[in-house]
Amino acid sequence: MQLDAKIPDGPLAEKWDRHRFEMKLVNPANKRKFDIIVVGTGLAGGSASATLAELGYNVKTFCFQDSPRRAHSIAAQGGINAAKNYPNDGDSIWRLFYDTVKGGDFRAREANVHRLAQVSNNIIDHCVAQGIPFAREYGGLLANRSFGGAQVSRTFYARGQTGQQLLLGAYSSLARQIAAGKVTMFPRREMLDVVIVDGQARGIVVRNLISGELETHAAHAVVLATGGYGNVFFLSTNAMGCNVTAAYRAYKKGAFFANPCFTQIHPTCIPVHGTYQSKLTLMSESLRNDGRVWVPKKAGDTRRPADIPEDERDYFLERKYPSFGNLVPRDVASRNAKEQCDLGKGVGETRLAVYLDFADAIRRDGRAVIEKKYGNLFQMYAKITADNPYETPMMIYPAVHYTMGGLWVDYNLMSTVPGLFVLGEANFSDHGANRLGASALMQGLADGYFVIPYTIGGYLAGTPQRAVTTADPAFKAATQAVNGRISKLLSINGHRTVDDFHRELGGIMWDYCGMARTNAGLEVARGLIQNLRAEFWENVKVPGDPGEFNQSLERAGRVADFLEFGELMLIDARARQESCGGHFNEAFQTQENEALRDDENFCHVAAWEFTGEDKEPAFHKEPLVFENVHLTQRSYK
Amino acid sequence: MTKTINLTLKVWRQKGPHVKGKLETYHANNISTDMSFLEMIDVVNEQLTLDGKDPIAFDHDCREGICGSCGAVVNGRPHGPEKGTTLCQLHMRHFSDGDTVVVEPWRSRAFPIIRDLAVDRGVLDKIIQAGGYISVNAGGAQDANAIPIPQEVADKAMDAAACIGCGACVAACPNASAMLFVSAKVSQLALLPQGKPEAARRAIAMLCSADKAGFGNCSNERECEAECPKEISITHIARLNREFFKASFGSSVQ
Repeated sequence: MQLDAKIPDGPLAEKWDRHRFEMKLVNPANKRKFDIIVVGTGLAGGSASATLAELGYNVKTFCFQDSPRRAHSIAAQGGINAAKNYPNDGDSIWRLFYDTVKGGDFRAREANVHRLAQVSNNIIDHCVAQGIPFAREYGGLLANRSFGGAQVSRTFYARGQTGQQLLLGAYSSLARQIAAGKVTMFPRREMLDVVIVDGQARGIVVRNLISGELETHAAHAVVLATGGYGNVFFLSTNAMGCNVTAAYRAYKKGAFFANPCFTQIHPTCIPVHGTYQSKLTLMSESLRNDGRVWVPKKAGDTRRPADIPEDERDYFLERKYPSFGNLVPRDVASRNAKEQCDLGKGVGETRLAVYLDFADAIRRDGRAVIEKKYGNLFQMYAKITADNPYETPMMIYPAVHYTMGGLWVDYNLMSTVPGLFVLGEANFSDHGANRLGASALMQGLADGYFVIPYTIGGYLAGTPQRAVTTADPAFKAATQAVNGRISKLLSINGHRTVDDFHRELGGIMWDYCGMARTNAGLEVARGLIQNLRAEFWENVKVPGDPGEFNQSLERAGRVADFLEFGELMLIDARARQESCGGHFNEAFQTQENEALRDDENFCHVAAWEFTGEDKEPAFHKEPLVFENVHLTQRSYK
Repeated sequence: MTKTINLTLKVWRQKGPHVKGKLETYHANNISTDMSFLEMIDVVNEQLTLDGKDPIAFDHDCREGICGSCGAVVNGRPHGPEKGTTLCQLHMRHFSDGDTVVVEPWRSRAFPIIRDLAVDRGVLDKIIQAGGYISVNAGGAQDANAIPIPQEVADKAMDAAACIGCGACVAACPNASAMLFVSAKVSQLALLPQGKPEAARRAIAMLCSADKAGFGNCSNERECEAECPKEISITHIARLNREFFKASFGSSVQ
């Protein structure tokens, strides 16, 4: 099958405008005749629900949390990029586009990224109008700060809680539409299947997490905004509930999954400290503006950091990348930290950490200045580790943070299943093989506020549909399948808990499909996962009943899907015989150990099609055509 | 340095909203002091599961103190003994070996218990739906820098906007009042120029919604402020009262 991304013709900068003009419209009076289902209430799902309702569509919105305000977008700290050029430092839509394509190591679609850069400015306007208290200068105008991978200041922020404020903005718009009766909100519902009728996505099956009942909902189109799959690694900066289930269920119903091996490992997280640990905590990338990363020069040096003299320390990022120093992009910083630990130079109890030292900055600027810049982060670090970073260096280590891969979508954000749209982190489209800081918030809101409201209209106006209700046999069949799976999970009654399996799965993924990958390792991991999955279905213990509030059952379903999805990641990683961005295959590196792309053979999106249980997925290729940027080896020396 | 402690837990167990609940005793042994409180409950739950018993139900998600999902009353205090801390960010190093720890759900008529420590806080969403927004559709906004907002005002609005909607203020208040929650949103939007056109309607609608939901009134006990994990100040309640009086006594006739 030839994947058609449906990229509009014409010059890059005119594609979106032209497309908006050429798409069919649904007239205002007819919009109320269309029902749209939105799953997920993060930045993408929340903003899409609100905006589609503002336009007049009937929207049904679902989330597994107890309130749409709690989706994990809320935890984003740093900021949101936009090409406003308020600081007058040379930014432009073109520069934001270029930085994003380059940061993604040239594995994203030009047209999508350019549209993202174009609408970035509308996002900031809208968010200010919603009452989001962005940081401001004394004169009352909006403040900007710098982030990795860019040489201009284009990041807007609200203290260290930008994601929270943007999400509460989308949530408030959603609340307004709920009050207006245009959105019906279904919290504490988990989507367990998508229903296809006549080849079109026409509804979903959800489990009411309080009563345990399975409910079906029909619509004219289904929008998935269900986030990323970082929790396949068990330990990540994701929330505990983040999962791949909705996306994976859609994959099994015919939506192709694109580039699942593109995962982002964030360099500055608090290191793992025990087997009981449930999640990892990110420390904002902004810390690398003033903190210096180092390890002891001598492997196995167990002296306290203060006892290691200056000439016995290796500031390895500054040494290797004199021009970018500690501010190299995330993938480069992460790989270097791992390399030092692999050499036996790691620090702390587990030896899996490097120092992030503020002593020089405090000497230079004074403690007060550092406290004003990073006070809340230092406080958070102290709370978790009981160490005082003003007196002793922080210890940091990379952790899984974001997933660039996701369901394949065309320019209209529609998957390979007609009527099934995918937004935000759940799709694959904008970040290539590595996402730059402050771009996730931008993409989620761009998709929800400014892209889907147009493209879904084009689909609905141009697609003949028959009337479908939940009485259709397809709904019954989907419900039965979901029911069967739940019964099976509860009937196994084995000897290992769901978390126990999840932790083991995460260990396999981290060891073999984490920061560095090898062909041999990926093949070993496939065998390990297959065995673990087989054991899961024979030996998992899920307590309780289906017809009740049962959090173990919720987790069991998610881990069951991760156990299948993890294998798809390994297959994708094995097939991509190059290194790019977050995907680093040790066989493909430059002499300086940087990721070595193979543009001749792998300048494409890998989209995988489900072909049946325990069958190899089918590979489809969308070639990436770069007409506007020149492909180069990224250098941060 | 990591050490381990042993605790006796007394945890509220209740199968559903209409059945009687009671405190059950559990032993949490070999608990690393680097664990968070929720990780300690995870450990207890793993053992309960293996023993064929129902694990303790509790809401949680981000585990970094920002989503507002988690919360329980620990030894009589919402989110436990540490100031400015959610339950997921409370670490076991603040407890001593041999301690008995009582864990209960938020108690309020407006928050029915779903199961064990999980409660239904849906009424907080209803209060926001009553008016906790600015009526602006996507697409029509003017340039973001068109209206300068003094830094001090933006900072104050941000102080209020930091509310995570966890409900600890309600659990802390002897009147089970949600005034701190309501005031945080009213105050944020009343401070900003974009929120002013609807300020009067918003203050009245949100307060009425809170009343209808069964929350009590504010009698200046200040417990909410003391227990708020985001340390939101009751000066926002003062601002809410001001907005409410202005709206009630003002005339809409120009």
